[in-house]
Amino acid sequence: MKFVNPLVVASGVLGVTGASLKFVVENGAGGVTSKSIWLKEHKGHKNPVIIANEHYMLNAVGLPDAGIEKARLELGKYMDNKPAPLIANIVAARVDDFGEVAEKVSELNPDIIEVNISCPNVESEFGKPFACSRADAAGVTKIVKSRTKIPITVKLSPNVENLVEIAKAVVDAGADGLTLINTIGPGMAIDLDMRSPILANKVGGVSGPAIKPIAVKCVYDVHKALPNTPIIGTGGITTGEDAIEIIMAGATLVGVGTAVYYRDVECFRLIAEEMSAWCDAHGVKNLSEIRGVAVIK
Amino acid sequence: MPKAFPKALPVKKIIQETDNVKTFVFEYDLGAEPGQFVNMWLPGVDEKPMSVAYCDEKEFWVSIFAVGPFSSAMHELKVGDKVGVRGPYGKGFSWKKGEHLVMMAGGYGAAPLYYLTRKAVSDGCTVEFVIGARSKSHVLYTERIEALKNVFLHVATSDGSMGVKGYNTLILKQLIEDAAKGKSFREHCGDNTCEREEVDFAPLDCVYACGPEMMMKSVAEICLEAGVESQVSVERYMKCGFGVCGQCSVDGSGMRMCSEGPCISGADALMIEEFGKYHRDAQGKVHEF
Repeated sequence: MKFVNPLVVASGVLGVTGASLKFVVENGAGGVTSKSIWLKEHKGHKNPVIIANEHYMLNAVGLPDAGIEKARLELGKYMDNKPAPLIANIVAARVDDFGEVAEKVSELNPDIIEVNISCPNVESEFGKPFACSRADAAGVTKIVKSRTKIPITVKLSPNVENLVEIAKAVVDAGADGLTLINTIGPGMAIDLDMRSPILANKVGGVSGPAIKPIAVKCVYDVHKALPNTPIIGTGGITTGEDAIEIIMAGATLVGVGTAVYYRDVECFRLIAEEMSAWCDAHGVKNLSEIRGVAVIK
Repeated sequence: MPKAFPKALPVKKIIQETDNVKTFVFEYDLGAEPGQFVNMWLPGVDEKPMSVAYCDEKEFWVSIFAVGPFSSAMHELKVGDKVGVRGPYGKGFSWKKGEHLVMMAGGYGAAPLYYLTRKAVSDGCTVEFVIGARSKSHVLYTERIEALKNVFLHVATSDGSMGVKGYNTLILKQLIEDAAKGKSFREHCGDNTCEREEVDFAPLDCVYACGPEMMMKSVAEICLEAGVESQVSVERYMKCGFGVCGQCSVDGSGMRMCSEGPCISGADALMIEEFGKYHRDAQGKVHEF
């Protein structure tokens, strides 16, 4: 698989339909990630599901999806004249279901399967995410690996005390890569006049500029411990310099999501241009020269 | 960066338009252009996108048809009750000074087109305002429209209880024919009788449609064939309202109806694969119209 630039749209952003994913590539993304795919239809939360300000975004969309048949239709449309590599993000409520959805999604031939075990805004429905336990995270990884030949990346949560231990367990279980990080929290925003939480789900994952330092540290820590494991670094990446920063922490690909709110969909083209400009100004010919350079080995 | 936190606004005034439609007036400088929308939030109920029916520096209006749980909850509000409002969002309608315009309102689409009409006539435009509805009891805003200068009201109802019997596109076709001839008739009605006066009729510069998608599709097709510009307001299920979630992206171009839309040219709308054919629900599943 070849990415024209390392920027991929993060799961949950502009990823409901195949046409929308193509629209993201037209706007400069080097690759795309689908919205989380369930085996069967899953309803999300009621509106409001996303709010944002200059510092952060708070979302509890709640992983709505119409199931594998819808993915077949939409990702099929994307794969028809595929403009850039596709990462198919999958989710399930039970460990066994991850295997089945991975097998079905593999029939659609994505370049990478991203395993979402870290969504923080469905806890009221499913309890603590699998990404919070080494055993659960490794268990999901193992079953997914046993059902597909496509490379897999496991999306981990920053909301744990032992991220490096969990990352190691997932890689030991066969993960080809890691996606770091899912949203922070969950968090909450209360409207003073309404005297009520704003999100219908009350709580939601925090993303955007405010979480970038946490994302950078998580990538740094995991890259230091697992220098040979490719990482999709994501969390508040909004500018070219942000992207360079997370690559210096050890990321191979860079997930961009909330930046669409701050700079609209053209953010992909803008960030890629800013990265090129930075590299030119600093004599960097290939990003491999700076990947993980900040990590004291 | 769009405004993406709701602001709680008390309802200033409620106007009962028809049995099922109420207009809510809020005292707030929203800054919305015609065709833009706001997301309205009732805590514990839901949040829904709603077209702006009027807006100036002092106030804005939203007209709501009681059709589901959210709109019914809106209808139970009293003056002083608060609604969370965020926006305005989306791309509105555009027009130029001194043009001859046609508004094609399907049912409650009359509300946002009323705001467009007010702005357009203040820019020296002349407007043919065509309302189509099931019956007289579903026809909105006629008094406000008739009170505007250089605006001519035309009505069609499916049951013939008001105006012409049939679809409002019958009237559009007549207007296009009249514009080709350069002549039309204006009716001046008293208490019992109507007089017809033949008048000069300028070419049509643009036709705007807001209402059921099949009606908008007919309008776009009729206009394309007649060589008249058109703009339509394409409604899709929306979540964020500001271009992030991808829920309202349409097939073909992938354009987001909350950002590149909802108001787009009729020619662009006809290029959308799903226009007049299907739409998606909250889970992204396709449903035919």
